[in-house]
Amino acid sequence: MNAMSRISRRVFLALALFSAGLAQAQLSIEITGAGANRIPVAIVDFPGDPTASRVITATVRSDLERSGLFKLVDHGGLAFDENAPINHADWKSKGADALAAGSIGRSADGRMEARFRLYDSQKGVSLGGAAYVTSNTQLRAAGHRIADYIYEKLTGEKGVFSTRIAYVVKARGQFLLQIADSDGQNAATALTSAEPIISPAWSPDGSKLAYVSFEKKKPVIYVHSLASGQRIIVANFKGSNSAPAWSPDGRKLAIVLSKDGNSQLYTVNADGSGLQRITQSSGIDTEPRYAADGGSIFFTSDRGGSPQIYQVGAGGGEARRVTFEGSYNVSPRPAPDGKSLAFITRREGRFQLAVMDLASRQVQVLSDSNKDESPSFAPNSRMILIATEIGGRGVLSAVSSDGRIKQRLTVAAGDVREPAWGPYYQ
Amino acid sequence: MKKLLIPALLSALLAACSTTPLPEDGGAPVESRSGAGTGVAPVTAGGLDASGLPRELTDPKSKLSQRSIYFDLDKYEVKDEYKDLVAAHAKYLTANKGFKVLLQGNTDERGSREYNLSLGQKRAEAVKRSLTLLGVKDDQIESVSLGEEKPKNPGHDEAAWSENRRADILYKAPDGRGEF
Repeated sequence: MNAMSRISRRVFLALALFSAGLAQAQLSIEITGAGANRIPVAIVDFPGDPTASRVITATVRSDLERSGLFKLVDHGGLAFDENAPINHADWKSKGADALAAGSIGRSADGRMEARFRLYDSQKGVSLGGAAYVTSNTQLRAAGHRIADYIYEKLTGEKGVFSTRIAYVVKARGQFLLQIADSDGQNAATALTSAEPIISPAWSPDGSKLAYVSFEKKKPVIYVHSLASGQRIIVANFKGSNSAPAWSPDGRKLAIVLSKDGNSQLYTVNADGSGLQRITQSSGIDTEPRYAADGGSIFFTSDRGGSPQIYQVGAGGGEARRVTFEGSYNVSPRPAPDGKSLAFITRREGRFQLAVMDLASRQVQVLSDSNKDESPSFAPNSRMILIATEIGGRGVLSAVSSDGRIKQRLTVAAGDVREPAWGPYYQ
Repeated sequence: MKKLLIPALLSALLAACSTTPLPEDGGAPVESRSGAGTGVAPVTAGGLDASGLPRELTDPKSKLSQRSIYFDLDKYEVKDEYKDLVAAHAKYLTANKGFKVLLQGNTDERGSREYNLSLGQKRAEAVKRSLTLLGVKDDQIESVSLGEEKPKNPGHDEAAWSENRRADILYKAPDGRGEF
């Protein structure tokens, strides 16, 4: 090890110790826009262990409210369990369309269990319920699962309260790749670095993150196993290696390499073997993203003179242009449900989030700001996370696919950027 | 005149020899032996600085310590005003084939990070092309991009942005010591 790397290793260790405090940094979320017709729902307190009950019901209430699709009806401090008789007319007159009641008890094998039932207050019937085994360290997780259940029963779509998000924090000269629950809690640092980290991408099973790190003074693609902290270099060819995107079956990554000249698209196996070139253009091809069915790849290219979005078969071939409005359309993100494509468009010098309906090809600009970048769909295709800037600080913003619901996610002492919404809880 | 000529000739000869840093262990690498072929590793009087690179590359008074080439907005060709600087680096590299350079291309902060990474790559490639046209070997050069990620000037106006649209030249000596 030469003198230079000895010195930089010492500096890195010092930074890593210092950052132990930063690792506790919480992501705060505030709602700045709500849905048009929010469903009024009451969540009563749950009898049973008081601490567990408090944490779980608070989590359920805050999840539903934060989603922008629900309005909490005051439960008046009442507590009753999932088997108690309900006076539905009473709740209906308080304005509730739905009511959830439950309790914290013990499962057959003695473990802590959260049980609940959801009622339709208008019709006065039970919509169903469930019981989730939990523990003192898993109370919020149980709350998220209950919120997911309620969300799905009342909206018809899957909830994302049990998902996680990854993002990069830049603070005090360091870069942290962090993962938090989708409510911003339990932030953990997967990587601390003195050099930038960009383009985090979740493996479909949620066990790994691919990302680009500049720790070797050039962009290199890593795949990082979250539980063990082990990571491998998947691409460090001569030149720049960037923009990793997982195939839906988790077997391959689409990547961008400059080893043969301008940036072009390639695929590799998840272990870095089996390099195949996918595009051959005279311009820049970058930002590949697999369509949800894995059969094609959307990407950014300036082969036509300005950066636009194109689509090509997953094995290569002829590419079709997708965007035609304006002179700068980049960062394609196909929705998990296959119906739309989020991207960033530059209008009059302002970089804004837009969504294209893939059937009609109609485009709707969803934001009103100047510096949107890096869109990421939630797995239910309803919410889109972006990085943006407010008051000169890097923050994340979540917006619903119809533009109505808005949330702002900030970190106390730094800039947040490069969000990636993780898959459903497995 | 003659009094000046001999020292000038001598220093020109010294400059032409490969400047080999003192090896940390073992003998000098083969490729850095002087043209004299005596088996002795020559060391320039200027010596090395803390990074292990010859002072010729790092002394602010030396042209070779200038390592940044700036680009206009949306432009990816080396401007005329930088041709002499590039030529000076090419001359050093062709005379010192054991040295390698890492060219890091950069952009200003506006727009997609990954697209900017690719644009920065074009700037590094432009400098590489200029160097190879002047005889520098392909395997002495790696061109990479830092995109918008490592701005020299963190400001948000044109003055800052113009400082960030650039390619930087980093050197590594034959023994592996240097800036990358």
